[in-house]
Amino acid sequence: MTTHGYELAVDVRGLRKQYGDVTAVDGIDLGIRRGEVFGLLGPNGAGKSTTVEILQGNRGRDAGEVSVLGSDPAHGTRAWRSRVGIVWQDESAPAELTVRETVRHFARYYPRPRDPEEVMGLVGLQEQAGSRIKALSGGQRRRLDVALGVIGGPELLLLDEPTTGFDPAARRQFWQLIRKLSDEGTTILLTTHYLEEAEALADRLAVIAQGQVVAEGEPTGLRERYGTGATVEWTEQDGAPRAERTDTPTRTVAELMRRFDGEIPGLQVRRPTLEDVYLRLTGQEDAR
Amino acid sequence: MTTTAVRKARGEVAVRLPGAWGLGLQHGALEIKQFFRQRDQVVFTFAFPVVFLFLFASIFSDDVQGAGITASQLYVPAMMAAGIMSTSFQSLGISIAIERDEKVLRRLRGTPMPPASYFLGKIWLVLVTGLLETAILLLVGTTLYDVDLPSDVGRWFDFAWIFVLGLTACALLGIAISSVPKSGKSATSVVVLPFLVLQFISGVYIAIDTIPDWMLNIGALFPLKWMCQGLRGVFLPESAQVLEQAGSWEFGRAALVLGAWCVGGLVLCLLTFRWKNRRDG
Repeated sequence: MTTHGYELAVDVRGLRKQYGDVTAVDGIDLGIRRGEVFGLLGPNGAGKSTTVEILQGNRGRDAGEVSVLGSDPAHGTRAWRSRVGIVWQDESAPAELTVRETVRHFARYYPRPRDPEEVMGLVGLQEQAGSRIKALSGGQRRRLDVALGVIGGPELLLLDEPTTGFDPAARRQFWQLIRKLSDEGTTILLTTHYLEEAEALADRLAVIAQGQVVAEGEPTGLRERYGTGATVEWTEQDGAPRAERTDTPTRTVAELMRRFDGEIPGLQVRRPTLEDVYLRLTGQEDAR
Repeated sequence: MTTTAVRKARGEVAVRLPGAWGLGLQHGALEIKQFFRQRDQVVFTFAFPVVFLFLFASIFSDDVQGAGITASQLYVPAMMAAGIMSTSFQSLGISIAIERDEKVLRRLRGTPMPPASYFLGKIWLVLVTGLLETAILLLVGTTLYDVDLPSDVGRWFDFAWIFVLGLTACALLGIAISSVPKSGKSATSVVVLPFLVLQFISGVYIAIDTIPDWMLNIGALFPLKWMCQGLRGVFLPESAQVLEQAGSWEFGRAALVLGAWCVGGLVLCLLTFRWKNRRDG
């Protein structure tokens, strides 16, 4: 399947899913190209997980066309499953087994698995290979989840909020891992509510809110398109902080220079970050 | 390991997916490893029926009038049957409900694992633990409570099919009931209550000739009564048949009921098994 000259690993059109009266996914279109890292961004309850679960073949849909690696995930065969790697949001692994036993066992499910030792090295668990899973830290368990997600050598890896609960160092390590997998040619779909994560990893991203895609594109492109203007901040003579949104920050600063003789206390000119754009797009601007 | 050839969705390349039988064996080996690594679970699983046998057979040890046996002897086959049911029905019913709750099943479902290999793995675990449990009870029964091992081959053959059919039927019912509890936390109560009731009305705790007929008739609808009765036929002298509801061991009928439960249990599993929790839709 190709669109605009790209071969699509995931092609979603008009996807809808309802839980009772609540519409979780309200007509989503997505096109994920082979080999790219695609970020699905949105606040909690925006419909990210539901969308990913439908792509995994783990949840039915009410309407829409979905093609994942050329098949409808609702009718995924074993051969199809062997080409898709999944890292769920909340996982648990057999506590009494060791890392090596578990990774080796999962490798047996696949027709052409990766080498278990190599995969444990890839996720940085070679030193814990002989440890029982119950003895692993939270971050180590998450890396085991990824190891089990990639052990089959998937063409497409679906990661649902993989770094929630990580400390900053663990998150950076995790990003390295995702980049490595991407360099090897794996197509990756990643949901997250961390802006910096999407910006650091994703070639393209879609922002979803209330079950709909509200923006889509490259991270820098999104900022340019939706992040117009700037915010000028300063402190008044009576000590009150002021902030002004403007499309002409230079003029605002020039006016301030005339009013303040000399230094303008607390002067800051801020271009909107991707986070500002995101909060505006998802209607959470007041959170700032 | 057997392999299945499958044509890859994109064409040209044919992928060989690992077969269910071989994976089932591997899964079984891991299940057994996990089971024996949980020491407290191992001790309590095996000790439970032994402790009950010790309590009942020691408290009630008088001769049973006109049957040529002691009450203690009656409790040995009864506890063996209950032991088979606890290692299959109870342990699978609870452990699968917990695995479902902890999303172990969902993760397996996301791999190309053939579903049959998961069930085969469970069957291997149940077979090993069930055999061990039975052997321990038999050892206690023969050394402490005057139960004699059967001397003719026919009785051992009866023992073999009662064990296999009973274990299979109870294992399948255990898999089926695992879908009933809403969460892993409630699994124990949901599974243990019917098991306890069945033990009372099938002649495990209470001698068969003191249970009201209508209760026995309800018990007779389920496998446990026939496992108890069959095992009494294997390990007790012919004179004890007078205690039975029908006045005989009824091996044929026991085979029929247990066989029917194997088929019915399988159908029930196929119709009701869920890989996900109800909350997960």
